[in-house]
Amino acid sequence: MTTRANKLPVGLRIASTIFVIAWLLMAAFPFIWTFWGSFKVELDFFSITDWTNAITGTRTQQTHGSPFTGAGYHGAWVEEGFMRNVINTFIVCFFVVCTSLTFGTLGGYALSRSGFRYTFWLLIAALIFRAMPPITLVAGYMLPFFEWNLWGILPTTIIVLVAINQPFTLWMLHSFFQNIPKELDESAKVDGCTQFQAFRHVIIPVMWPGVITTGLFSFLLAYNDFAVTSMLLSEDNRTMVPQIAAFLGTTYTEGNIMFAVAAVVSATAPLFVLVMFFQRQIVSGLTAGAVKG
Amino acid sequence: MKHRTFFWFFLPTGLAMLLFIALPIVSVVTQSLFTPHEAVLVKVETCTPFSCTEETTIDQNATAAIRQDEPLGRFVGLDIYLDRGHLAIAEVAEAWNTRASFGDFLSKLNNLPFYRAIAFTVAFTFIVTPLVILMGLAIALAVNTVHARLKGVVIFFSLLPFVITPLIGALVLFWMIDSRGIIGNLLQWMAGDPSLSLKASTGLMWISLMIYGVWHAAPFAFVIFYAGLQTLPMDQIEAAQIDGASRMQRLRYVIVPHLMPLVTFVALIQLMDNFRVFEPIVGFNASAHATSLSWAIFNDLGGETQQLSSAAATSVITIIGVAILLSPVLVRTWRDYKGKV
Repeated sequence: MTTRANKLPVGLRIASTIFVIAWLLMAAFPFIWTFWGSFKVELDFFSITDWTNAITGTRTQQTHGSPFTGAGYHGAWVEEGFMRNVINTFIVCFFVVCTSLTFGTLGGYALSRSGFRYTFWLLIAALIFRAMPPITLVAGYMLPFFEWNLWGILPTTIIVLVAINQPFTLWMLHSFFQNIPKELDESAKVDGCTQFQAFRHVIIPVMWPGVITTGLFSFLLAYNDFAVTSMLLSEDNRTMVPQIAAFLGTTYTEGNIMFAVAAVVSATAPLFVLVMFFQRQIVSGLTAGAVKG
Repeated sequence: MKHRTFFWFFLPTGLAMLLFIALPIVSVVTQSLFTPHEAVLVKVETCTPFSCTEETTIDQNATAAIRQDEPLGRFVGLDIYLDRGHLAIAEVAEAWNTRASFGDFLSKLNNLPFYRAIAFTVAFTFIVTPLVILMGLAIALAVNTVHARLKGVVIFFSLLPFVITPLIGALVLFWMIDSRGIIGNLLQWMAGDPSLSLKASTGLMWISLMIYGVWHAAPFAFVIFYAGLQTLPMDQIEAAQIDGASRMQRLRYVIVPHLMPLVTFVALIQLMDNFRVFEPIVGFNASAHATSLSWAIFNDLGGETQQLSSAAATSVITIIGVAILLSPVLVRTWRDYKGKV
């Protein structure tokens, strides 16, 4: 690749560098801007008089005596009890990831090792399920959940998210398991292992890269979900994302909107860390799906 | 693997999907055929020494009892699908019969909530998907030429709009394009119109939502195309070069065909994901200008009175839409599979 890149005409080279920089600005600037703005008062972040106020913090200086203020964070975390929502989010994410992976590895392994015709149909069914917007299912949950008093609590949401997550998890783990040579567990079976023992002692030790990648995507799905969590959780059990939506629902009184900005920045931080540490796995997960087509 | 072993391995995931995906679909379809019971009315005659008056009142106990006994409500067949909130057959027929022109008919159609939602959903799906592919390809080609050391940094920042929670991503952009935000200010300055507001115009709102869609999904296309570019057949490119193919021709006849399977994959995923467009409408607070099918379901389910039946009917129509969208892929997969067996 480098040989060809070296031969690029200067004009094209400059043009593509400018394009990359422009894209980086598009991708990163909104986050930097919002992070910076979250330490300001509303009149600075949403400035009517002069947009540079958002950078210099003129009004913030007047109100709080310093160009930076943690008032938004104080409002969100202390006054509105955002901590509870953060804890809920992490409970939901933790259990969704663990359960999805347990179910998914068993199912994905079985699909990759069975040559019968029904595996194809199961994978196609999973593809169709993956295509359906989760919100279309929510209308179907409401009535039974109300009838059986299951509505509003975390375990219900967890199991629903696990189920919605399964089609994707199955496809992904299926393709990972297909790359693990069949001879590995075949030979274990020849040595007298049952299928489950072969899975337990031979496959589990070598499957971690695929499982970690799939786990990351399960985490993202649970963390990012809005449709299911906002409909199935009661007010006390809300996770972060529906809570942020609720901040917006309350009137745009002064200060309140900055609670939402601070909450948004707080909710972005874990994702930022995640990308920082697991960039390679995320990229490989995205491309693994594509190569299988 | 034996059928028995397969069964036990597949049981947990199969059960989860059966209980929480397959059965809810059945439940949604059933729900869409029923509507809540009407209040039970009783006629009470109250007589005074002089005259008798007859009053109609709601029998609260009887109403509660029947709602308790049959929570599904009463069977109405396809009525909900055909009512004003959904396919609105009567209104459409009337609009067609009284139309002054075809445009007039379309604008009348646009006043019906369901057709408004469909119009935006379809427009969003079929405009954003190609743009995402083009944008992803452009970024991948450009990043491929930058210095190898920078690539990690570039990929890190590129992933951010993709992994971000859709609602949060939409909010972050929305606050910037607010008329008091930085981009809103910039646009006002560029247009020389200090009262310009994206929130006031349907057209501008649609464009903003679509820009959000491209911003959010382009990294996904980029990462996949970039991975594809790493496996380019160098001998073919050199051969094309020797034959005198220009840079553009090499891109057109060697690189793009090589990436074609990936383009199909990205297109498939993007069609599915864009069809469910929902969070940006909430984040942009755009429901006055643009609604989508998913948003319509959400709107029915939330709010003071939950309109389960109405939401269920929209859900069924949405699922049918997804099926239509997916059918070419399914047919192709089936042919490939039959070819293999």
